[in-house]
Amino acid sequence: MNPVKTFRLGGVHPEENKLSSGQPIRDFEIPKQVIIPLGQCLGAPSEPIVAKGDKVKVGQLIATAKGFISANVHSSVSGTVAKIDDVMDHTGYRKPAIFIDVEGDEWLEGIDTTDTLIKDITLTSEEIVERVKQHGIVGLGGATFPTYVKLMIPKDKKADYVIINAAECEPYLTCDNRLLIEKPMEFLVGVKVLMKAVNAPKGVIGIEYNKIDVARKLDEIISGDSYFSGIEVQPLETKYPQGGEKQLIQAVTGREVPSGKLPIETGCVVVNVASTFAVYEAVQKNKPLVYRIVTVTGKSVKNPSNFRVRIGTPANMLIEAVGGLPEDTANLINGGPMMGKSVSVMTFPTVKGTSGILMLNTKDAQPRAVGNCIRCGKCMKACPMGLEPYLLKRLSETNNFEETEKHNIMDCIECGSCEFTCPANIPLADYIRFGKNKTGQIIRSRNQK
Amino acid sequence: MNSILLWSLVILGVLGVIAAVILYFVAKKFKVEENPLIGEVESVLAGANCGGCGFAGCHNFAEACVKAATEKKSLAGLNCPSSDMTKVAGILGLTATVQEPMVAVVRCNGTCENAPKRVHYEGAGVCAFATTLYAGGNGCPNGCLGLGDCVKKCAFDALHINKETGLPEVDEDKCVGCGACAKACPRGVIELRHKGKNNRRVYVACNNTEKGAIAMKNCNVACIACQKCLKTCPFEAIEMRGNLAYIDYTKCKQCRKCVEVCPRGSIHEVNFPPRKPKAETSESTETNVTNESK
Repeated sequence: MNPVKTFRLGGVHPEENKLSSGQPIRDFEIPKQVIIPLGQCLGAPSEPIVAKGDKVKVGQLIATAKGFISANVHSSVSGTVAKIDDVMDHTGYRKPAIFIDVEGDEWLEGIDTTDTLIKDITLTSEEIVERVKQHGIVGLGGATFPTYVKLMIPKDKKADYVIINAAECEPYLTCDNRLLIEKPMEFLVGVKVLMKAVNAPKGVIGIEYNKIDVARKLDEIISGDSYFSGIEVQPLETKYPQGGEKQLIQAVTGREVPSGKLPIETGCVVVNVASTFAVYEAVQKNKPLVYRIVTVTGKSVKNPSNFRVRIGTPANMLIEAVGGLPEDTANLINGGPMMGKSVSVMTFPTVKGTSGILMLNTKDAQPRAVGNCIRCGKCMKACPMGLEPYLLKRLSETNNFEETEKHNIMDCIECGSCEFTCPANIPLADYIRFGKNKTGQIIRSRNQK
Repeated sequence: MNSILLWSLVILGVLGVIAAVILYFVAKKFKVEENPLIGEVESVLAGANCGGCGFAGCHNFAEACVKAATEKKSLAGLNCPSSDMTKVAGILGLTATVQEPMVAVVRCNGTCENAPKRVHYEGAGVCAFATTLYAGGNGCPNGCLGLGDCVKKCAFDALHINKETGLPEVDEDKCVGCGACAKACPRGVIELRHKGKNNRRVYVACNNTEKGAIAMKNCNVACIACQKCLKTCPFEAIEMRGNLAYIDYTKCKQCRKCVEVCPRGSIHEVNFPPRKPKAETSESTETNVTNESK
């Protein structure tokens, strides 16, 4: 195995708290009703193609992508469409969703629901990308960027590497880790599929050192089977945000993604573990994205668990399954503690991007008194993108969006390392996100002119 | 000792004289010719650079006024909401058409009592950011977030967040109707309306666009689009904008019939004398009067 590598600038090391790493993935019961939001990916929400009263089967297309950056949505259960109505989802707003009353569990014809491993990749590159697009696969790490867009390599570019993001640098989350432990063969075939899709000669799996046992196991499988030649395992230092796309590329290849450009500029395609597994299922088993692994965890939670959940299952069911909401819960988060977002209702439906449901206790989520900036420069040292968070915060606060653009606010990956390290507890990431949002709007309106 | 003092005085004095001579010639050489009227006009403006006129600042507005007066002989389209336009017109030898004074109105009554908060927000205290994260403590996606972006923008100290209600309150005496707060509000809660005769106004204190059933759950005083006011209004001043009633202030004759029929108490009347006790006066209307005439 290669020596341990890491990215060049900044980074922090929060408490890992991987409470559920020893818990095997359990199939979660199918709920009586699922609520499938239409806006599950980055970009435009999908357009429903079913109406009230329609019968649907598992894997049936129920909403089509609208626009280039958008993804198809499939029914995760079989039953009848009850209604299409707004529901309070993970975004904190009421958004349109398809409600389906569950009847049995009947899959659409042509979907292979068995567990047999299929190694032979019969589809061509174009067919694989088309399949990934049709089956609605998005980045399951949390950003939910449509995967097929990543796999469409521009004509003048060439992909040298497929990098699999198995860093799972977010504290608490263990869903990718469990998937690697339980389905290593399927996952590795998925890597092969991705390599074929983009014609990349090399596949690298980046794993943080705290999961070195998994890395060793994968390495064993790869070295024992010539079918997996071209794939290698790259252990990485345990440091946040090791799983950031740009950080991962830098750590693995030493290349740097230019400001404002996509990773393909460096000849890399970065895909998350869960997405890779979903690609395997879509391409080899013809199975659309209808479930995902969700880590339900928290320090005060009775049984932190990893569930295989049908998309659209209400979160409160998952919370009940791990022993109910602990009394000292201060914050309910969709995702991990660093990049995830607090939700305002317990009943929000799980979506493609729900990698975890985290219940932070009062001790950890206690609001701390915000002080003044003492110019210690810790945030600059922590920033993995080499930005100046204290300055960006001040400029955003005073609505000076010309200056924020000059100081490269658009390169911020919103990892929150600056806020984590700030001794004055200033909500730096909040202000920078706000500034980035506004600056982005200004740039877009300028480009349209 | 004396000589040190003397030398210091002499050297500093000589330096001062040299600097003064240089400054004099530089000022002569690089003098910017400006119409003296601009300075005069600027002196009668409020000087807050509030942006209510649509220009970057008071100086730019004064320039525009003088330019319009010399070229077009009229001040049409130019209005400073925060100062007396007749004075400006007087300096320029013109007559100003006096425009109806405006005032900022907060179209939300989702106080802590009327719309109990179910979610506690702890992030950066900027409305424009909070609105990207959640619908609001009570779940209303159009209501006031109470973090005070409008207060920060007000150049006249006319807006303050009332700690009890959690909502901004407009000080009518100080508000000049520049509209900086309305622009700052990411949800369009604040609207500029005619100040009205004797400062009396009738308006819908709600900005909700959700359907009635959902609005009712979120807030006790939300407009539920029952359209009673619309049917009652004898002047056709009320229109429905989605799920929200809107009173057109140019048509409203302030008869206050809509206030009486509103079942939710969403329509507010401001600065009216207390009503004569009537047998049928509904309870909600009474509370409104007392609320607003404080």
